[in-house]
Amino acid sequence: MSPRLVPAASDPVRRRDRPLGITVDGVPLSGVAGQSLAGVMLAAGRTSWRTGRSGAPRGVFCGIGVCFDCLVTVNGERDVRACLRRARDGDAVLTQSRAAAPAAGGEGR
Amino acid sequence: MTRRQVVVVGAGPGGLAAAGAALAAGAEVTLIEASERPGGQYHRMLPEAYEADRPEAVQHGHRSFDSAARRVLGHPRCSWWAGSSVWALERREPGAAAGPPAVHVLRGGPGSPRRRHVLAPDALVLATGAHDRVLPFPGWDLPGVFTAGAAQALVKGERLVIGDRVVVAGTGPFLLPVAASLAEAGSRVVEVLEAAGAGQVARGWLRRPWELAPQAAKTGELLSYARVLGRHRVPCRLGRAVVEARGGDRVEEVVTAGVRADWSVVPGTERVTAVDAVCVGHGFTPRLELAVAAGCALRPVPGGTSAEAFVAVDDDQLTSCPGVYACGEITGIAGAPAARAEGAVAGWAAGGGDRAARPLSALRAQRDQGRSFAARLARAHPIGHAWPGWLRPDTVICRCEETDYAAVCAAATDPAATDARVAKLATRAGLGPCQGRICGPTVAELRRHPGGQPGDRGQPGDPAGTPMPPGVHHRPVAEPIRLGELARPPGPPGGPAPSPFPHPTPKESS
Ligand SMILES: Cc1cc2nc3c(=O)[nH]c(=O)nc-3n(C[C@H](O)[C@H](O)[C@H](O)COP(=O)(O)OP(=O)(O)OC[C@H]3O[C@@H](n4cnc5c(N)ncnc54)[C@H](O)[C@@H]3O)c2cc1C
Ligand code: FES
Repeated sequence: MSPRLVPAASDPVRRRDRPLGITVDGVPLSGVAGQSLAGVMLAAGRTSWRTGRSGAPRGVFCGIGVCFDCLVTVNGERDVRACLRRARDGDAVLTQSRAAAPAAGGEGR
Repeated sequence: MTRRQVVVVGAGPGGLAAAGAALAAGAEVTLIEASERPGGQYHRMLPEAYEADRPEAVQHGHRSFDSAARRVLGHPRCSWWAGSSVWALERREPGAAAGPPAVHVLRGGPGSPRRRHVLAPDALVLATGAHDRVLPFPGWDLPGVFTAGAAQALVKGERLVIGDRVVVAGTGPFLLPVAASLAEAGSRVVEVLEAAGAGQVARGWLRRPWELAPQAAKTGELLSYARVLGRHRVPCRLGRAVVEARGGDRVEEVVTAGVRADWSVVPGTERVTAVDAVCVGHGFTPRLELAVAAGCALRPVPGGTSAEAFVAVDDDQLTSCPGVYACGEITGIAGAPAARAEGAVAGWAAGGGDRAARPLSALRAQRDQGRSFAARLARAHPIGHAWPGWLRPDTVICRCEETDYAAVCAAATDPAATDARVAKLATRAGLGPCQGRICGPTVAELRRHPGGQPGDRGQPGDPAGTPMPPGVHHRPVAEPIRLGELARPPGPPGGPAPSPFPHPTPKESS
């Protein structure tokens, strides 16, 4: 099994889930309003979405914007930390590869 | 009368208390926070969109935090800049009047373009907190291995559990709330592993127990986590560690082992455990880049390595820089109550409050109790110097650049690379996107003693307060900024009217 949201029906915080949809490399994923992009991807069963220099998979590590392992491109904007960015309905996420990163400007410098 | 202008960076327990005290002292406060909601790591709030009826069900002390936050953020003299990051501090020109550096802020969240602002306050309070420190081990770069803080941030902040069979490992009492949150949210926490041995923990915590009395709330909180773990039948083992994670494109199992006081593996104690997630934390690293950018002197940690340091402060939480105060985890790791006490002292002084005011002495006393709690925490949970015994030559040390242990060792013994900068260029460790935030302290330690021999750390008698080089914490750009954002002229310093709490995102007027 994979990461998942605590089901709203049994969550003691009594939240209301309003669905939203994003695409990751064109594949539609559904989440709920308020989740981070990382949260949507994790809950949809994806633990990795970026590759390092050697092609090794990377996903969330620090969860608070420090490690930069979770970088994605969102609606054309490169190097967005998925753990910090709230998902918005219709967001188009593209995964990134460290090896293919352009030399200038680099990732999130 | 012109009021003192105070800028507070960070709205965790430290920064919120600082803002509240500066307001009480009569100042105008701008509170800048990168997240959309206040609370920092401890009072991590659920997204507003969740419309949760009972957030207090998963958050310690939610009610008192909520009313304090509303009071501060709703105050007519407080400007609340959520979703805004301080990306640089610019020191004054030599010869200019003494005072805090100019504060460069990027304001505004996704959807609306971020705008640049430059603030020139009379006093600056830094309350930027800490992040988890994780020691490397083979496989720690596999997806599914999370920091303990990440697991906590996801479950507290989004109600997402990282897996169904989870091992929580590392050192320090922070492992308990993480494991408790996961268990309550429905994960099966297979075991909690504390690397420190039972004797060490007992000596650290039980010696002079009366000194713990002022921290009764913190102790009670820890007991409540222990109760939750008991209810869920989560075994907690001392003197054991995760020494390897294995899997294909994600973690599938971990190797755990018994470790001695120096964290060397006891041969024959290795055990393989199937998991779908692991979370690890070996203490915290303070987020020092802004303090270093301001030029604040750092103090070494007694018994720590050269990379372990905190901001040095005086009795008013004033740093060595004129007009710059520091509070919370960047001055020492002591938990939320200590961060609050420090924040209140810092904010009151920054706001121009009377140094002899009566409530201040009580706050200072609480702050000092927090400091002794921090010292106790460090004594009970030191990192054992033989941990590099877990590493293999091909174990990744710098996650960004995939520099392995062999390369770090080679650079450490290469006479041509004795200079840290040369070594960095040779190995690329610390040159990736995170700029050494994750690997910095580890690389510094391995460079001094690649095999992790005893004597690796500073002497316990190292005088605290000795100025130390900012070294690994030097990052001129504290938060990423795009070239286009840099090119645009900065917006008005005051920006638009403060957004009333609890609206999360201030709208930028263009
Ligand atoms: C991920 C994580 C989870 C934790 N969870 C718990 C827990 O559940 N229980 C517990 O007892 N302790 C927890 N801790 C320990 C925690 O750090 C302290 O107990 C407490 O929150 C420290 O308060 P603080 O005010 O010093 O810092 P923090 O609470 O860390 O607050 C610092 C704030 O500053 C902001 N910030 C940093 N840099 C900038 C910048 N450049 N611009 C704008 N804003 C900035 C951050 O977004 C953050 O909100 C956690 C620590 C981490 C790292
Ligand atoms: S997971 Fe570390 S920056 Fe997002």
